[in-house]
Amino acid sequence: MNYFRLLRVFFRVNVAGELAYRINFFINLFQSVLGLGMSLAGFAIIFSFTTTLGGWRPEEILALVGVYVMIGGIIRFAIQPGMEQLIQSVRDGTFDFTLTKPEDAQLLAGISRIGIWEIINICLGFSLLVIALVRIGGRIGGLQAVEFLAMLLTGSVIIYSFFLILTTLAFWWVRVENILVIFQSMYDAGRWPVSLYPGWLRYGLTFVVPVAFATTIPVEALTNRLNWVTLLTAFVLAIALFIASRMFWKLGLKHYSGTSA
Amino acid sequence: MKALFQLYIQQFKTTFATMFQYRASLIIWMIGQVLEPLVYLIVWSTVSNSNGGNIGSYNTGAFVSYFIILMLVNQVTYTWVMFDYEYRIRQGFLSFALLKPVHPIHADIADNLMSKAITLPILTVIAVILALSFHASLTLTSWRIILFIPGLLLAFGIRFLLEWTLAQAAFWTTRVSAINQIYFFFLLFLSGQIAPLSILPSAIQITAKILPFYWMMGFPTELLLGKVTLASALFGIGVQAVWLTIAVWLVRVVWRLGVRAYAAVGQ
Repeated sequence: MNYFRLLRVFFRVNVAGELAYRINFFINLFQSVLGLGMSLAGFAIIFSFTTTLGGWRPEEILALVGVYVMIGGIIRFAIQPGMEQLIQSVRDGTFDFTLTKPEDAQLLAGISRIGIWEIINICLGFSLLVIALVRIGGRIGGLQAVEFLAMLLTGSVIIYSFFLILTTLAFWWVRVENILVIFQSMYDAGRWPVSLYPGWLRYGLTFVVPVAFATTIPVEALTNRLNWVTLLTAFVLAIALFIASRMFWKLGLKHYSGTSA
Repeated sequence: MKALFQLYIQQFKTTFATMFQYRASLIIWMIGQVLEPLVYLIVWSTVSNSNGGNIGSYNTGAFVSYFIILMLVNQVTYTWVMFDYEYRIRQGFLSFALLKPVHPIHADIADNLMSKAITLPILTVIAVILALSFHASLTLTSWRIILFIPGLLLAFGIRFLLEWTLAQAAFWTTRVSAINQIYFFFLLFLSGQIAPLSILPSAIQITAKILPFYWMMGFPTELLLGKVTLASALFGIGVQAVWLTIAVWLVRVVWRLGVRAYAAVGQ
C-alpha cells in the first residue's frame, strides 16, 4: 500500500515538474507523430514491393511496429529515466540520500523519475496495435491473446532486469551513462521480426541485448508462431534475470561508497 | 594561413586524445552506425529474394552492395554538430569560441576529419566482412572509382555545411530537437537511406534531386555501384558543386545573422 502511495506522489511531482512547460506537450506530440510517421512510411515502402516479409503479412508487421512503439514508450516512460538518474546520482554522490530513506533503494530509484511525455508514444503504439489486431481479426484465439499478454509482461521484466544490471555497473565504473545507449541503437532493429536476421544477429538481439523478448516474441505469440519451448524459456529467463539482477544490485550496493563532498 | 594550419594540427591532437579516452563510447556509437544500414540491407534482400531476385534495376547482390557502400558514405559525411550546438550556446562555450580570431567552424572541421580518420579504417574492415558474408556483388570500373572520390568529398562538404547551418537554429530557439527530427525525416527518405532512390516513386526521386539530400548520400553510393551513367555522373558532380556553393553562402549568411541574435549565456 505504501508503495502505491509513493508511486502516486512521485508521479504527481513529475507531472507538476513538466506541466510548467506546457508547450512541451505539443513539441513532444509532434515528435512522436513524426517518429511514428517515419516507421509507417518505411513500412508502406517495403510492402509496396511485396505481400509478405519473411513469411509475415503486412498487418502482422503492423502489430509488431505497434508493439515496438508501445514498449519503446514504456521503457522511456518507466525504466530509462530512473536508471539514468541513478547513474547520475551515484556519480555525484546524491545516492547517499536515497540510501538513508526507509524504503528499498532499488524501488525508489525506479519510480523517482518518469518520462511523462512518453505516454504519447504508449498511446500511439497501442492505437496502432489495435488497428493491426482488427485487421488480423478472427485469426487470434483466446489462447493467443493470453500468451501475447504473458509475453509482453515477461518481455518487460527481462528488459527491466537488463537495464538494472547495466545500471548497477555504475557502482564499480561510475562513468557508465553511455552504456544505456547500446540498448537504444539495438532496439531500433526490433522494428522487424528478428527471424529475418542471420543467426549471430538474432542471438545477439535475443540473449545479449534482449530486444526480441520485448518486440518479436509477443507478436509471435499473437500470430500463433510461438512454440512452448520459447514460451517457457521466456518465463524462466524473466524470473532468473529478475532474481539475478536483484542479487547483482545488492552486491553493487555493498560496493558503493559515497563519493559526495 | 600558418595560424590556421596550427589550429588544425592542435584540434587533430585534441580529438585524437578525446576519442582515445572515450573508447567505449566510440564502440557504442559505431554499433549504431553499422546496425541501421545492416537492418535495411537484410530487409531489402529479403524483399528482393521473395520477389524473384530483383526489384527494378537492383538484384539482391546490388542491394547488399548498396547498403554497405551507403554505410561508408554515411560514415564519411555525417556530422554531430546539430546535437552539440544548443549545448554550446546554453553553457556559454560559444562565447569562448567567439573570442578566438578564427571562425569556429574550423575547429569543427578539424574535429570531424580526425574522428573520421580514426573510425573509417575500422568501418572499412566491417564493410569487407559484411560484403563477404552477405555476398555483395560489385564490379568496379576505373572511371567510377575516379569520379567517386570527388563525388564523396563534395557530398561531405555539402552535408557538413548544411548541417552546420541547421545547427545555427539554436541561436533562435531551444527546441532544436524538433527541428533536427524534421531534418532526419527528410534525410531518411530522400537521401537514399531507407531504399535506393531509383526504386522509389518518381515523385520522391524528383523531390530528392531538386533538394540537396540525394547529393549528400545517394549519389556517390549509386555512382560507385554503377547505377549512374558517365554523363549523369559528370552532371551530378556539377550539381554537387552548385550545392556546395549555395551551402558556403548559407553558412556565412546564417552565421552572421545568428551571431547578431546571440545573447551570451553562461559565466
